[in-house]
Amino acid sequence: MIKRIYTVYMGIMLLFLYVPIFILMIFSFNYTPSRNYWGGFSLRWYQALFNDPHIFQALRTTITIAVLSALIATIIGTFAAWGINTLGAKSKGVVIGLTNLPVFNPEIVTGVSLMLFFIAAIRFAGVGEMGYVTLLLAHVSFNVPYVILSVMPRLRRLDKNLFEAAMDLGASPIQAFVRVIFPAIRPGIVTGALLAFTLSVDDFIVSFFTTGAGVSNLSILIFSMARRGINPRINALSTLIFLTVMILLYIISRRDSKKSSADAQ
Amino acid sequence: MRVALLKRIFVYPYGLWLFIFIVAPLLIIVWFSFGGTDFTLYHYARFFSPLYEGQPFFQRIYIAVLMRSIYLAVISTVICFVLGYPLAYALAKFYSHKSFLLFLFLVPLWMNFLLRTYAWLTILEQNGVLNAFLGVFGLPATDLLFTDMAVVIGMVYNFLPFMVLPIYTVLRDMDKSIVEAAQDLGANKVQVFLKIVFPLSVPGVISGVTMVFMPGVTTFVISNLLGGGQFILVGNLIEQQFLRVGDWYFGSAMAVILMVLILFMMGLIKLFDRQPKDGRTDKTAEGGALY
Repeated sequence: MIKRIYTVYMGIMLLFLYVPIFILMIFSFNYTPSRNYWGGFSLRWYQALFNDPHIFQALRTTITIAVLSALIATIIGTFAAWGINTLGAKSKGVVIGLTNLPVFNPEIVTGVSLMLFFIAAIRFAGVGEMGYVTLLLAHVSFNVPYVILSVMPRLRRLDKNLFEAAMDLGASPIQAFVRVIFPAIRPGIVTGALLAFTLSVDDFIVSFFTTGAGVSNLSILIFSMARRGINPRINALSTLIFLTVMILLYIISRRDSKKSSADAQ
Repeated sequence: MRVALLKRIFVYPYGLWLFIFIVAPLLIIVWFSFGGTDFTLYHYARFFSPLYEGQPFFQRIYIAVLMRSIYLAVISTVICFVLGYPLAYALAKFYSHKSFLLFLFLVPLWMNFLLRTYAWLTILEQNGVLNAFLGVFGLPATDLLFTDMAVVIGMVYNFLPFMVLPIYTVLRDMDKSIVEAAQDLGANKVQVFLKIVFPLSVPGVISGVTMVFMPGVTTFVISNLLGGGQFILVGNLIEQQFLRVGDWYFGSAMAVILMVLILFMMGLIKLFDRQPKDGRTDKTAEGGALY
């Protein structure tokens, strides 16, 4: 009986979460731009979407920034975690505390402080402008802590002498890292990289403050479009994003379940 | 020794990185908040100062905006807790396809944050879906868009999964034998929940409250799209100073005040949260794995 009540409740909450998304998707097929009048099925907003150069530019920026920032942050974060792990308790505490600052700090503060920093750096150097590079650097900087957070627990579980043992057996430092340490902490690295990628794709606030004229990711573009009023092209974009996300999640879960059943054998 | 040195090599470049991208930007914003080269406390004073002689403290314009931000965030957090706790409880207790159900609650998080907020813009607007729906039943139309209510709805919608996830994790990992022991000793269902289950889930509740309240206080996107007027929340105030008014000094002072306030609150929350430290970092990593 209680379970039934909870099931009904859960259904209502799922409706609350999904109905807005489905409404967006349904109205992307509406001929008229209205939201309370159905003017017949149409793909005109998709056509408009595909003919919109700004949206493709933004999509490309989002994806390249996400891939590059995740990659760079993963490399920096992995080696940083490895180094931090060797520090004494006191300096370790300081470094981890500073690393975690952007995680706890309000995003808007991170955004405006990076913006001021980039403007100062550009003025000081006398070259460059706010744009793709500052956006990328900002994303790397907020991604690094999450990679470190994901890699650290794995490193802590590792035998402290593993690296030394590998070198005693004749491995070069690079070999010891690639062949011994890396495989042991790989799950943490993968988690960190995926987390960094998702955070980058979804970020708006930091991007908004650290980009320059003419460089927008999808979040910035949607924000500026939405502020100008309802625009059915955003609905079409939502549908495509939702479908992409569902397909990606399906592929990942298929791969995971295959892997875990292979592990079980 | 050689090995220690080798590993240490990775710490110094990272230390430099930390300084450049985390410490320096914060120093710059603090520097601006004190007026830059002409040291002054004017920009802080401006935040706290009255418009006229004897204006009550909480009615002063910027204080009022800050209070409003906290107020709306508290309301959203309470609603998320009331809606989210039973959900997490049911997920952890009843169902056999736990991970799939949890997955269903997390999928919306992968949708772009702005799209999720935009969805409510289209629902709540005057000619929107909600009024069309009410019209079918002959009910009077509502005018929710550009009100505080719309901002609260937007926050609850966006942040609810952040409340459910940590509470669910704690409840799922709870030692069932403790509950059984309480039952054996004669506790009824209500007692078991109030004296055993809920106290043990407090760390999850604290994480959830933090993950809803903090972004709620500092948001400017939700209030910008769903709220009306100019001075909605402290986040909007800061954004305006930097991108429209161009007063970086005052904007920086407000950002520093907000940062201090939030870090202070985080510290307070940590006092209540007495979990072993290592356990928590592992939890963070697990939460990450869900992404």
